[in-house]
Amino acid sequence: MANPTLDNAYTVPDAADGLPDQPLDPGKPRHIEGTPVVFSLWSGQGDAAGYKDYRTHITDGMVVLDAVHQIQAESAPTLACRWNCKAGKCGSCSAEINGKPRLMCMTRLDTLDLTQPVTIEPMRAFPHIKDLVTDVSWNYRVKKRIKPFKPRKPDAPDGTWRMQQADVDRVQEFRKCIECFLCQDVCHVLRDHHKHEEFAGPRHFVYAAALEMHPLDTEDRLSQLKDEARIGYCNITKCCTKVCPEHITITDNAIIPLKERVVDEFYDPLTRLFRMFKPKK
Amino acid sequence: MAEIQTHEHDVIVIGAGGAGLRAAIEAAASGASVGLICKSLLGKAHTVMAEGGMAAAMGNVDDRDSWKVHFADTMRGGGYLNNWVMAELHAKEAPDRVRELEAWGALFDRTKDGRILQRNFGGHKYPRLAHVGDRTGLEMIRTLQDHGIHQGIEVYMEHTVTSLLLEGGSPGGPGLRPGSGARVIGAFGYDRERGRFRVFKAKAIVLATGGIGRAYKISSNSWEYTGDGHALAYEAGADLMDMEFVQFHPTGMVWPPSVRGILVTEGVRGEGGRLVNNQGKRFMFDDIPDLYKNQVAKDEDEAWRYVTHDKNANRPPELLTRDHVARCINREVKAGRGSPHGGVYLDIAWIKEKMPNAREHIKKKLPSMYHQFKELAGVDITTEAMEVGPTTHYVMGGVRVVGVTQMSTVPGLFAAGEVAAGLHGANRLGGNSLSDLLVFGKRAGEHAAQWAKSHSAPAPDTAQIDAASRQALSPFDRPTGENPYGVQHALQDLMQERAGIVRNHADMSAAVTGIAALKGRAARVGIDGNREYNSGWHTCLDLPNLLTVSEALALSALDRRESRGGHFREDFPDKSNEFESHNTVISKGRDGSMQLRREKIAPMREDLKKVIEENK
Repeated sequence: MANPTLDNAYTVPDAADGLPDQPLDPGKPRHIEGTPVVFSLWSGQGDAAGYKDYRTHITDGMVVLDAVHQIQAESAPTLACRWNCKAGKCGSCSAEINGKPRLMCMTRLDTLDLTQPVTIEPMRAFPHIKDLVTDVSWNYRVKKRIKPFKPRKPDAPDGTWRMQQADVDRVQEFRKCIECFLCQDVCHVLRDHHKHEEFAGPRHFVYAAALEMHPLDTEDRLSQLKDEARIGYCNITKCCTKVCPEHITITDNAIIPLKERVVDEFYDPLTRLFRMFKPKK
Repeated sequence: MAEIQTHEHDVIVIGAGGAGLRAAIEAAASGASVGLICKSLLGKAHTVMAEGGMAAAMGNVDDRDSWKVHFADTMRGGGYLNNWVMAELHAKEAPDRVRELEAWGALFDRTKDGRILQRNFGGHKYPRLAHVGDRTGLEMIRTLQDHGIHQGIEVYMEHTVTSLLLEGGSPGGPGLRPGSGARVIGAFGYDRERGRFRVFKAKAIVLATGGIGRAYKISSNSWEYTGDGHALAYEAGADLMDMEFVQFHPTGMVWPPSVRGILVTEGVRGEGGRLVNNQGKRFMFDDIPDLYKNQVAKDEDEAWRYVTHDKNANRPPELLTRDHVARCINREVKAGRGSPHGGVYLDIAWIKEKMPNAREHIKKKLPSMYHQFKELAGVDITTEAMEVGPTTHYVMGGVRVVGVTQMSTVPGLFAAGEVAAGLHGANRLGGNSLSDLLVFGKRAGEHAAQWAKSHSAPAPDTAQIDAASRQALSPFDRPTGENPYGVQHALQDLMQERAGIVRNHADMSAAVTGIAALKGRAARVGIDGNREYNSGWHTCLDLPNLLTVSEALALSALDRRESRGGHFREDFPDKSNEFESHNTVISKGRDGSMQLRREKIAPMREDLKKVIEENK
């Protein structure tokens, strides 16, 4: 059988192109107050949807979500836009800003080229509902299918567990995930090849990694990752890592170790040989 | 009227933050069929923003801690207006709730011997907050979410409830008369994505809708915080209590303007951050309230020893209660000693004088603060001071409930978390919110399920449902009506201006008058377009809720002529005996107007009085 990690060599343009690998440091806010800026917002529904241009007064330090809110209050009251915390902690206001998947609340206007129209579009990997909002419910259905946390029996005298900080730290990177689904949006397997029915996507590999590496977890999700989540479809272009607003090293730290374990379990010739002699369970 | 889809459950939980999720999990575990309604996507609720930790007297870091000390701290912080039954249950049950979260997969920071680490926080005598860096809320909501989705709970994402359905609650029906004792039998609402109406039939309803922060201009709260549960309960005939008590968190971001109000965790001060004015003075040492005279460090050296876990040291004055710290910051700014953008400086970078690896330590302990300032303000908190100022954060007031069961004065209607009143009295201690969600979320879920077992739910009549749909659709009758965002902004300006940290009779009266005028404008708001994800329509429907809670707040604040906890009256700057033994209660009167009365607090049990004396 072919190694699944080597199949599916997708060669499509990359929505994460041009984004830096390292976390963005936008520096001190530039003075931009009053700069005339055109915002091209994806507006409408179905076939009638398209770009619509708006202008609004901008101030120093403003983020894209502020501009959208001002436009909503001033000239587009019905404009649909999902948001919640406005502090980069809830992962609701995911969008494509100048074609790049970003959180609107964490994208400062002074980091964009304001001489050109700023385009704001909904995430493209999910069904469109209206204006900037897409139907992301698929992600919730996928997550529910992943085998849940199953702790080992408490082993400390007080009926709880002892864990070392180092073991906890290893998983914390994955537990930072705010479920903004930008990684799903940018993933070729979903965005370009529409494998939503077959492939779980980077968010859920991060979730699975958090469970698999949890110091207390006893569940085995390897066959599920191989056969249901199809982790083999990922050809490690690292687009997901580039767009992660939480700076989770999705590909290197979550997906690749899981892929390696899947390969060890199911494709390693020595393991297979060994298994031939092992008594059946 | 088109056919409206009906969903039937034993228990409906409205709100899916920490309290709602915990209630739903508990109700499901008790065998009830549970529907969980949330305004946002699942896992996005405001709980996600909680940073510092959850308070529970586990004694992992300091074994002198116990439920008694936690109880006494909570009561002292609340100016003794707390529902002491709740304060006792909370202090006793919080440790189990934290451990249960761990059993469901939460990963807290650890002590050296592998137990759950606890950190210092304002008003807590001992290190008491279980935490994960500065993103404890995310850890909590994700754990509850990932556990909850496997408990057979039906989740209705992006649904808004606009009214509760009562037995006999059709227009003119007996259920709508104040004091009718009519029980709740369901809820009416719509799905935000498509705008379709929904009827939820239920034997019991748990409100877990959070707070009211969007009534203010400068707020750390998300858009969801429009007082929905408060208003739903009030309209259904329930009592609201302690609505004058709003917590202004002392440290919100102040610059750039667009981020004004975003929370800066108290954890910064817990890790040694000091508040400094523009003259470089650490001003918090200047004013120590009498209640805390014996609990505050005498100098900077002792303060530092405290944050580095010296058991013999007292806390830095920055870790006094939030109401006090917010007022001190306000004072510095008003006296012209503020920072350039109208705040003061919060400095954690200074700890490099005390520890060699300060930069890494700060980034590890306060990672989201580091990123928040770096990305939004271009400030590196490991080398520069932050500019901070007070921001509306939490409402202590809410639906009046029975402490043990969390049932409101409306039979079958429960409330838990921020929407419920009682636990925090006049001021909430940091960290007591997350534990509140778990302790009373569980209790509400358990008792709602029990109630559902012993009660049937009569079908809501069509007249009641028709009235609810007409009301919800009315903004579309006025396509050229007043702009709903305009009214919302006017209310936020009014409340910020008149009902903020420092209050007086004239301002509160002006707030009451202003709110009445805004009610008139809110009745004329309109929207065009269709019902699918129409943000303007949603805003129209949020407005009455915001106005109801604002009115309750202003009336209560006008009546309480003293200063206590989060409520500070410059015309009555001291505590008063007249007001020390009652709660302010708001309910809907026979003529539909808002009524206020004072309700005596039940005398505290003798053994609890003793606990308080012992911990003075």
